[in-house]
Amino acid sequence: MTLAADTRSVDPVRQRTLSKFATSDIVFYNLTRAAAVLVLVVLVGVAISLINGSLPALQTFGFSFLWTEKWNPVTEQFGALAPIYGTVVTSIIAMIIAIPVGIGIAVFLTELCPRPLRRPIGIAVELLAGIPSIIYGIWGLFVFAPFLQHTLQPFLIGTFKYVPGLSSVFAGPPYGIGVLTAGLILAIMVLPFISSITRDVFLTVPPMLKESAYGLGMTTWEVTSRITLPYTRVAVVGGVMLALGRALGETMAVTFVIGNAHRITPSVLAPGTTISASIANEFTEATGDLYTSSLFALGLVLFVITFIVLACARLMLARMKRRAGA
Amino acid sequence: MASYAARRGTNGVMMTLCTAAAVFGLIWLAIILIELFWRGFSGLSVDVFTKMTPPPGSDGGLLNAIAGSLLMTVIAVAVGTPIGILAGTYMAEYGRHHRLSMVVRFINDILLSAPSIIVGLFVYEMLVVTLGHFSGIAGAAALAILVLPVVVRTTEDMLLLVPDALREAGTAIGAPRWVVIRSVAYKAARAGMITGVLLAIARISGETAPLLFTALNNQFWSLNLDAPMASLPVTIFQFALSPYESWQNLAWTGALIITLAVLALSIIARVFGSQKESS
Repeated sequence: MTLAADTRSVDPVRQRTLSKFATSDIVFYNLTRAAAVLVLVVLVGVAISLINGSLPALQTFGFSFLWTEKWNPVTEQFGALAPIYGTVVTSIIAMIIAIPVGIGIAVFLTELCPRPLRRPIGIAVELLAGIPSIIYGIWGLFVFAPFLQHTLQPFLIGTFKYVPGLSSVFAGPPYGIGVLTAGLILAIMVLPFISSITRDVFLTVPPMLKESAYGLGMTTWEVTSRITLPYTRVAVVGGVMLALGRALGETMAVTFVIGNAHRITPSVLAPGTTISASIANEFTEATGDLYTSSLFALGLVLFVITFIVLACARLMLARMKRRAGA
Repeated sequence: MASYAARRGTNGVMMTLCTAAAVFGLIWLAIILIELFWRGFSGLSVDVFTKMTPPPGSDGGLLNAIAGSLLMTVIAVAVGTPIGILAGTYMAEYGRHHRLSMVVRFINDILLSAPSIIVGLFVYEMLVVTLGHFSGIAGAAALAILVLPVVVRTTEDMLLLVPDALREAGTAIGAPRWVVIRSVAYKAARAGMITGVLLAIARISGETAPLLFTALNNQFWSLNLDAPMASLPVTIFQFALSPYESWQNLAWTGALIITLAVLALSIIARVFGSQKESS
């Protein structure tokens, strides 16, 4: 641009075009930057609106909101302990089942599956990861819960009746719906998620490493447990935490089958509630500012928990990516 | 070191377990889909697409819910996509190594998997409280916020795949930067960016939680964005939990429609994406 201005006497048309180019470039640059900043604004806005909405509840109950079990809309006594407990327990159940099975599927897909089947099964798993959670919820309510009520739950109650400790974990009448059912549905839901991430991560292991191990005479299991898993450990943990974040915040699949009961019982067969299920069930029916505000406070708790989990997950995945790139 | 036979034994056991895991996982997912198709198809008829949601106990369709879902999805995509593409463009083109990009990338990844019910609470506080009532526009806004991170992510990823030599060639013939981005980078990354938008649509078409207390629901035909609006997922939620059998059947049919739509979108997105790879 300066070159043009220097060497020739002012050509008005050319000058105008050049300055138009420069202006439009600046406009476009600022437009894109504003859009990028908007992404930040959305997250900050979410945080601020949650804090703002939960202020009345936090002012009334203080931090004891976090460890109060009572949830009584009539007397306007609210505490988050039962939903937090339900959220944690359902997620733990889901993870106990989904992590080994999901990693098993990934190993199957990368090491064992006959080649022509790998792509179709891999694609099927990825498509299933995209199915909306409400589908899992409606299936859980109409099919899975009655099924459990007549098979697994009586079996668990009968088997552990006289085992000290476990008898109270599997106590009570088989309702069908309850904490265990919600945990199992979550497990089925995050399963495709964990297996597709883990498979992607397993595929980043350099073939050379695995081939050398095979060359030394290692078995497939030894290669998986001593080469693939150590090499991908950080990213696998990151992927699992991503799935955990999803399980913690999952609303629809859980709301259908958890039973929405604000109490803490040692039995996983009893109805319970989670943070997101409480909000989904009660928000539109909440009367009074304190009730609504308490639900906002629940949302804030969920936001903080998932933010920490997801941030850790992303940092771990990023570390793996850097190493793969280096 | 254990004997060779023992090692082979361990290997056999573990590999059997892995195969069993794969079979176990896929069986559950197959059962869900079969049940869904079985129950959904038995209720599928022309009425579903031509009649309104019925009062309890009588027959009807899902027309107003489908229309509401479509309308809110279209608005959400129309709002979320341009912003998402611009933000992705900033991160991949102008501010590739800038601190802002790194922060936005991190935040965007968190938004990508943040619980959608929290987005619902945010929009409730922002729009429903301010306007004083539930409305279709609030529902569309909540969905737009969910579209945003998906589009940002894919746009950035796809633009980063465009070789810098192409951009340099554009700059060398005197094109200003934004022309290079528009006519070189966007063109090269187009297939991938479309994939991103399709995936975003697939994601929001089944979202229920953020609509529960933004768009609420509506029993009647309404395209008024300033009033509560019906949507397919919320209708499914309400009907499935009701004690009426005709409502429950409609819920299954609605679930089938959503699943088919999501699967179709994902497959189209995949075809688009793979075309890009092979070309």
